[in-house]
Amino acid sequence: MIKTDALIIGAGPTGLFTAHQLKLIGLSCEVVDNLDKIGGQCIELYPDKPIYDIPAVPECTGEELTNNLINQLKPFDIKFHLSERVEEVKKENDNWLVKTNNGTSFSTPNVIIAGGVGSFEPRKFSPKECEKFENKSLFYSVKDKKIFTGKTVSIFGGGDSALDWAVELSKECSVNVIHRRDEFRGAQATIDKVHQLAKDGKINLFTQYQMASVKGDKNLESIDIKHDNNEIKNLKTDYVLGFFGLIMQLGPIANWGLNIDKKTIEVDTEKFETNQKGIYAVGDICNYPGKLKLILSGFHEGALAARACFKLARPNEKYRFEFTTSSKTIKERLGVKGD
Amino acid sequence: MAKITYITHDNQKYEVEVQNGLTVMEGAVQNDIPGIDADCGGGMACATCHVYVKEDWFNKIPEKEDGEEDMLDMAFEPKTNSRLSCQIVVSDEIDGLEVNIPSKQA
Ligand SMILES: Cc1cc2nc3c(=O)[nH]c(=O)nc-3n(C[C@H](O)[C@H](O)[C@H](O)COP(=O)(O)OP(=O)(O)OC[C@H]3O[C@@H](n4cnc5c(N)ncnc54)[C@H](O)[C@@H]3O)c2cc1C
Ligand code: FES
Repeated sequence: MIKTDALIIGAGPTGLFTAHQLKLIGLSCEVVDNLDKIGGQCIELYPDKPIYDIPAVPECTGEELTNNLINQLKPFDIKFHLSERVEEVKKENDNWLVKTNNGTSFSTPNVIIAGGVGSFEPRKFSPKECEKFENKSLFYSVKDKKIFTGKTVSIFGGGDSALDWAVELSKECSVNVIHRRDEFRGAQATIDKVHQLAKDGKINLFTQYQMASVKGDKNLESIDIKHDNNEIKNLKTDYVLGFFGLIMQLGPIANWGLNIDKKTIEVDTEKFETNQKGIYAVGDICNYPGKLKLILSGFHEGALAARACFKLARPNEKYRFEFTTSSKTIKERLGVKGD
Repeated sequence: MAKITYITHDNQKYEVEVQNGLTVMEGAVQNDIPGIDADCGGGMACATCHVYVKEDWFNKIPEKEDGEEDMLDMAFEPKTNSRLSCQIVVSDEIDGLEVNIPSKQA
């Protein structure tokens, strides 16, 4: 069980700056995110797109903004728990008990939800029966490619993940690639490679096809794929891989007893506290009259929520307002020399 | 202004007047029409504003720009008449447009 002054759910821009604010005022914090990397929407959805409305930064990309926020946290030692999703938040005495899907648990007086539009999860196949085989013979990511050796693998998708795995797995397995249209979106070199492998008979390419259904009782036996003209083809296959990118899902946050309206959590605008004492919501996921879903608003919300955390984490101390330019204590925390 | 008809997967019809310049996605969100999530707020980054455009309208509305087809690869059950509603800008020319909303966005 990890004890911390505050736990932040979400490592998007809001969660990152909130961590900075907590550390400045002398509180400890840890951060959990379901993504395998730091940066939230900025890194997952638009790493290369320029942003023009970050105060005092005329232009930066989603990735640059993320890197700058990470750099700003350098003076502090903050533990990030990536590829972990917070499942449960429960009251235990005066603290919140927080659990992730990997079994990590935290005890903390303050939980700050900086969860954006929800946690990033893989997009799934639409036929319901696919769930039956999920994580057995149907996967949305590859953890151990050895299990595919000598087998038939059917890969769905038209982006880099699908194509890279098609090329890689074609060395050791029989590979089908199924995509909804003739054009692919991956890197040109990989696309050329896939077409070459298809020509050489190493990959079976099916374009303008989509998943129609999966067949098999206990074990996956075959799949039906459907052409745009409704023709159905049956493919024998041992494994299925789907690469359709990620989607944001509110997920477990909906079960924590918070006031939720249209996928956002109601908060006050003084502490950004929810209807539960000690649980705050900041950034895209919070809602109050006039809320703007902008990065700069998330920064402001995080700064105020951090101050509110102080009260519960240090009930016997009084919070003192200080500037970073002049406070000796803050400079010590930042590890910079006093003047 | 244009009249846009949104039809949900369970055949509920919503007819609304949408101002020129807004997108078909915004028309749905502002009128509380269910089934269009628009998680990225029109950034063409989520494909949760996916709609099917009635065949006779599909060729009449402005064509897809770069990137929309790539995003549609990730949509739930895309078809040949799929569009992202955040990329269809409302104008007098599309008065009467009918779009079908898929059963799910993800
Ligand atoms: C294409 C596009 C362009 C944009 N352009 C701009 C712009 O120019 N200017 C601007 O200000 N804003 C812009 N935005 C909006 C901006 O990106 C968001 O406002 C910002 O990312 C919100 O930050 P956040 O930290 O609140 O949430 P997010 O960035 O969404 O991060 C939330 C994180 O929380 C994680 N999470 C959620 N639930 C859980 C859980 N249960 N367990 C573990 N982790 C969880 C998610 O995996 C995610 O990584 C743009 C957005 C898009 C999509
Ligand atoms: S609203 Fe996200 S792609 Fe249209």
